[in-house]
Amino acid sequence: MLTFLNTLGEWFLSILNGLGHVFLFLLRSLYTAARPPFKFRIFLRQVRFFGNKSLLVVLMTGAFTGMVLSLQIYYTLRKFGSEALLGPAVALTIIRELGPVLSALMVTGRAGSALTAEIGIMRISEQIDALESMALNPLRYLIAPNIVAAVLVFPLLTAIFDLIGIYSGYLVGVQLLGLSPGTYFSQMDTFVDMQDIRIGLYKSLSFGVIVSWISCYKGYHTGFGAEGVSRATTSAVVTSSVLILVWDYFLGSILL
Amino acid sequence: MIEIKGLTKSFKGQVVLDRLDLKIAAGEVVAIIGKSGGGKSVLLKHLIGLLKPDAGTILINGVDITSVDIHGLRNVRQKFGVVFQGSALFDSLTVFGNVAFPLRERTKLPAEAIRENVLEALEDVGLRGMGNKYPAEISGGMKKRVALARALIAEPSIVLFDEPTTGLDPLILNSIHRLITHTHRKYRFTGIIISHEIPEIFDVADRVAMLYNGAIIQYGTPEEIQKTDNPFVKQFITGSSEGPIETL
Repeated sequence: MLTFLNTLGEWFLSILNGLGHVFLFLLRSLYTAARPPFKFRIFLRQVRFFGNKSLLVVLMTGAFTGMVLSLQIYYTLRKFGSEALLGPAVALTIIRELGPVLSALMVTGRAGSALTAEIGIMRISEQIDALESMALNPLRYLIAPNIVAAVLVFPLLTAIFDLIGIYSGYLVGVQLLGLSPGTYFSQMDTFVDMQDIRIGLYKSLSFGVIVSWISCYKGYHTGFGAEGVSRATTSAVVTSSVLILVWDYFLGSILL
Repeated sequence: MIEIKGLTKSFKGQVVLDRLDLKIAAGEVVAIIGKSGGGKSVLLKHLIGLLKPDAGTILINGVDITSVDIHGLRNVRQKFGVVFQGSALFDSLTVFGNVAFPLRERTKLPAEAIRENVLEALEDVGLRGMGNKYPAEISGGMKKRVALARALIAEPSIVLFDEPTTGLDPLILNSIHRLITHTHRKYRFTGIIISHEIPEIFDVADRVAMLYNGAIIQYGTPEEIQKTDNPFVKQFITGSSEGPIETL
């Protein structure tokens, strides 16, 4: 019994220790990001990195999500004779929920994994050690610009996802299923308010922090060799994706 | 002056450095030799504070770097230049960008002065006209020379070389050794070289230290090391399979 309790205690302590390490990494990165000298060039490069890498996949996901949503919601609403509410139903689902979550998941798979691999390779090829040996703070060059860039880029990509999703829903609802164009948009104007857009914005901002934080952390603390980088990359994608979904629920509950 | 006292480090219960003592005078070039996986790189990483020891002290010009905070450590690191085993050049920067990096980030020198310094450093290591290449576009020997130029650009008083010639052909190996000797004469830095290149390293170093079982078992001039009676050192420098050191 004592051995069991001992093992349980050790496990619990190691979890706490690990969590403390992860949170301290974020706090140190944010502290570094807030203090000069600012690495504006690296920040711009990372904005391009996140945006450029993920734009196409976000466009594609947004388009097909909007189309599928429109199709499915139309058939559900038709059973109640409420097809006129298709526009607001698609818009609210996308703006409040699917836009921020799906675009964050797509950026995680596309840019988050690449970020982990890049920082991981810098770790195993001693480039991070080289920065430290030059009396420089690696967080200022590798981590802080990524977190700030992600906080800027995630809401922008989400806005693009929302726009494309709603317009694709319009194409399916109006062009394919015969709903009148005026109904689709006028009802949307009635039911979607600024609070819904704000919720989507808060979510995408927080997802930006989560994805860049976890991706950078896993790369920065990668194991040895190519296997270590591969494991870190997988772990970054899985952890970020799970955290996005968990945080989405909690934030959704608070902001509802 | 570098003074290491009682340096001890274990990884998962395996002792890598065991109460190691070593004193290196300013301006000397010291080669550290020893078996692969014997803790030489671990010792080097302790010297720049990349690893924290389990016990012991490391005094760099009187400052114990095992007990200073990160700001104190960065102050000490300003004195260092490091040539890493795999060169550790920044992939995203050109050769010029890599060599200029320490000056751009640590000094307020104007761009023109940085350019002049970098071109001179590239000339010194025989890489004139290679500034626009990326690390992926140059050979291993060239990478080592870029790493050397980067380590020396800020004129450090201590330079650490982690196996600077491993994996290079004899011609390039000798040219790197000549470069180290040439730059040492020019800048008068304290040099610590981890090397397996025996006997070539004896022409470069003022003193040689043999690391075995986590401790320095002999420390002396290259002549003393080559004439030693210590069976461990003797076996290692002759590469004999007969002797007290276990081989495969």
